[in-house]
Amino acid sequence: MTSIIKKSPEEQHRQKAFGWAARDASGVLSPFKFSRRATGDEDVTFKVLYCGICHSDLHNIKNEWGSSTYPLVPGHEIVGIVTEVGSKVQKFKVGDRVGVGCLVGACHSCDSCSQHLENYCPKMVLTYKSIDYDGNTTYGGYSDIMVVNEHYAIHFPENLPLDAGAPLLCAGITVYSPLKYYGLDKPGLHIGVVGLGGLGHVAVKFAKAFGVKVTVISTSPAKMSEAIQHLGADAFLVSRDPEQLQGAMGTMDGIIDTVSAFHPLMPLIGLLKSDGKLVMVGAPEKPLELAVFPLLAGRKTVAGSMIGGLKETQEMIDFAGKHNITADVEVIPMDYVNTAMERLVKADVRYRFVIDIANTLRAD
Amino acid sequence: MAKNPEEEHPVKAFGWAARDSSGVLSPFHFSRRENGDDDVTVKIFYCGVCHSDLHVAKNEWGFTNYPIVPGHEIVGIVTKVGKQVQKFRVGDKVGVGVLVGSCKSCEGCQQDLENYCPQLVFTYNSIDCDGTKTYGGYSDVIVVHQRYVLRFPDNLPSDAGAPLLCAGITVYSPMKYYGMTEPGKHLGVAGLGGLGHVAVKFGKAFGLKVTVISGSQSKEVEAINRLGADSFLVTSDPAKMKAAIGTMDFIIDTISAVHPLLPLLSLLRLNGKLVTVGLPNKPLELPIFPLVLGRKLIGGSDAGGMKETQEMLDFCAKNNITADIELIKMDEINKAMERLAKSDVRYRFVIDVGNSLSHP
Repeated sequence: MTSIIKKSPEEQHRQKAFGWAARDASGVLSPFKFSRRATGDEDVTFKVLYCGICHSDLHNIKNEWGSSTYPLVPGHEIVGIVTEVGSKVQKFKVGDRVGVGCLVGACHSCDSCSQHLENYCPKMVLTYKSIDYDGNTTYGGYSDIMVVNEHYAIHFPENLPLDAGAPLLCAGITVYSPLKYYGLDKPGLHIGVVGLGGLGHVAVKFAKAFGVKVTVISTSPAKMSEAIQHLGADAFLVSRDPEQLQGAMGTMDGIIDTVSAFHPLMPLIGLLKSDGKLVMVGAPEKPLELAVFPLLAGRKTVAGSMIGGLKETQEMIDFAGKHNITADVEVIPMDYVNTAMERLVKADVRYRFVIDIANTLRAD
Repeated sequence: MAKNPEEEHPVKAFGWAARDSSGVLSPFHFSRRENGDDDVTVKIFYCGVCHSDLHVAKNEWGFTNYPIVPGHEIVGIVTKVGKQVQKFRVGDKVGVGVLVGSCKSCEGCQQDLENYCPQLVFTYNSIDCDGTKTYGGYSDVIVVHQRYVLRFPDNLPSDAGAPLLCAGITVYSPMKYYGMTEPGKHLGVAGLGGLGHVAVKFGKAFGLKVTVISGSQSKEVEAINRLGADSFLVTSDPAKMKAAIGTMDFIIDTISAVHPLLPLLSLLRLNGKLVTVGLPNKPLELPIFPLVLGRKLIGGSDAGGMKETQEMLDFCAKNNITADIELIKMDEINKAMERLAKSDVRYRFVIDVGNSLSHP
């Protein structure tokens, strides 16, 4: 009888690595020793300086989407400094500032990959919680080093601060991609942004940089002065106030909906002008109700979008560099991460936690 | 006190109306306005029976204002034109579709999208600018502002062409708007009725590969041999549905009953578009994950503007596209409605108004 002995995370690869992992669906994170592959010919190895905490990290550590395998090292808003490059690497050299987002691999031969849409490749490899092409689990950026194929590494502009720029690698591309694809980036258009969290606040900043008028749509009146004074939104609409909704009916060319909790679509569809587009980037698990009449009566659409390909992610970072767009962050030490997750559940953060990996992640 | 329908206007008219939500139609005397300076008077020869006529006759959408004379796929001859009318002359063959009025000044109207005007006036069951109710084409005569009258191409048969005025434009408009005209792309047509069969014909005329998606096997031979569809997919066949996952660029969903969207969304490939033109009277369930994971969209579309409706008719004339119809007499309308409720028609009833609508 033959048996396959699975190697432990520490023994799977050649380079020692250290991070924090969730061990089960309680989602509690704790120190975790593992390993990374040796730097291959096309690989870039870098020392991680910062990693953003995406709400997806929270969903995943608690197995809310049902696909988590443990131990799980989250983190896909990773920035750092290159320490080693493989012999075939063209785009990076030691010392470069680099970022890695949600993907670390794809098939490179399907239709999506050939259109620079690796994010829609049926065989894409996620930065964490995925099985890589060598059969091993991928581990994310709540860790000291990363090894990644250069195709999936993003140049980080010199003028973008690494801590506040890290969340752009997921939150940024997640809203930038649909703003471009659905044509909501033209000056003079009016868009709504539903939900003012990690995704929402970055959507406001990008939209303003595109010259678009922005209305933030939120359930909490408390966020109004921030939205307008600090983020530069043009208007604020409390979605639970029927009068405010009524007043804004038929005024928006598009809406970026970042809310992943269950919520009614019909009031949002009512806010759209004819030909308006409601773009979902938050993904509620259960189906939402769609009354068809309002969709037909204005030739409106409900659409989705998911992160972005690597080419577009680089374009987004370069755009952010040019327009000085960063996320609003609260930098935390590694050992604060469990408290941060508890606060994130309650949306108690303006607007992204970022872990100061370099200064606070210590192998015990 | 509201005037009775016969006395509201100076021109006598006669048709068949539904009086209550039983939806049963019967002879009805009413009247049309005097032909104004911008108006065209049309003697009606044919009127298609649209499924909307059935929905409204039975008040299934909850906004029917009885009595109603349905009918918005009207073909006839001009018998009178007003002083300001340039485009039409007495004797011209014309059509009237789903709208007879709009504000003419909003963004929609200015872009030739009168069908999205917030103040649009439907051909029946609407309130016109003069405050009176509009009555549709199950009648002998109609008076319409010239902007809402269409030139009916001479080489298009009036009976088989009538359904184009609603069914035709209802699928033509979204096929153009959502980019379904690129030869070689793959279109799914969900539901093979009045709208669906015309969508198949347009799809083939645009050079698309067309798959009919249906709940039952029974229409397969027709779909392929007669309508020219390339393939046929039965939604209750799990193996075939699985094999078709991610193969379609677009789907036109013509189904007017409540139905699940997830199987249809899964048939779309990346960036795929599901366009719904059927009007279920209850909300549908929309799963969001498939939209996000495949950058897909679900969109709506509602008839078309006047300019585009004319373009569609001219396209049909050039490509010899008409509806497949069953011609009926006016007094057969109630039986036809019963059959329509069971989808027992290939694929549109058309009332031979000119030859069978007789005054009692």
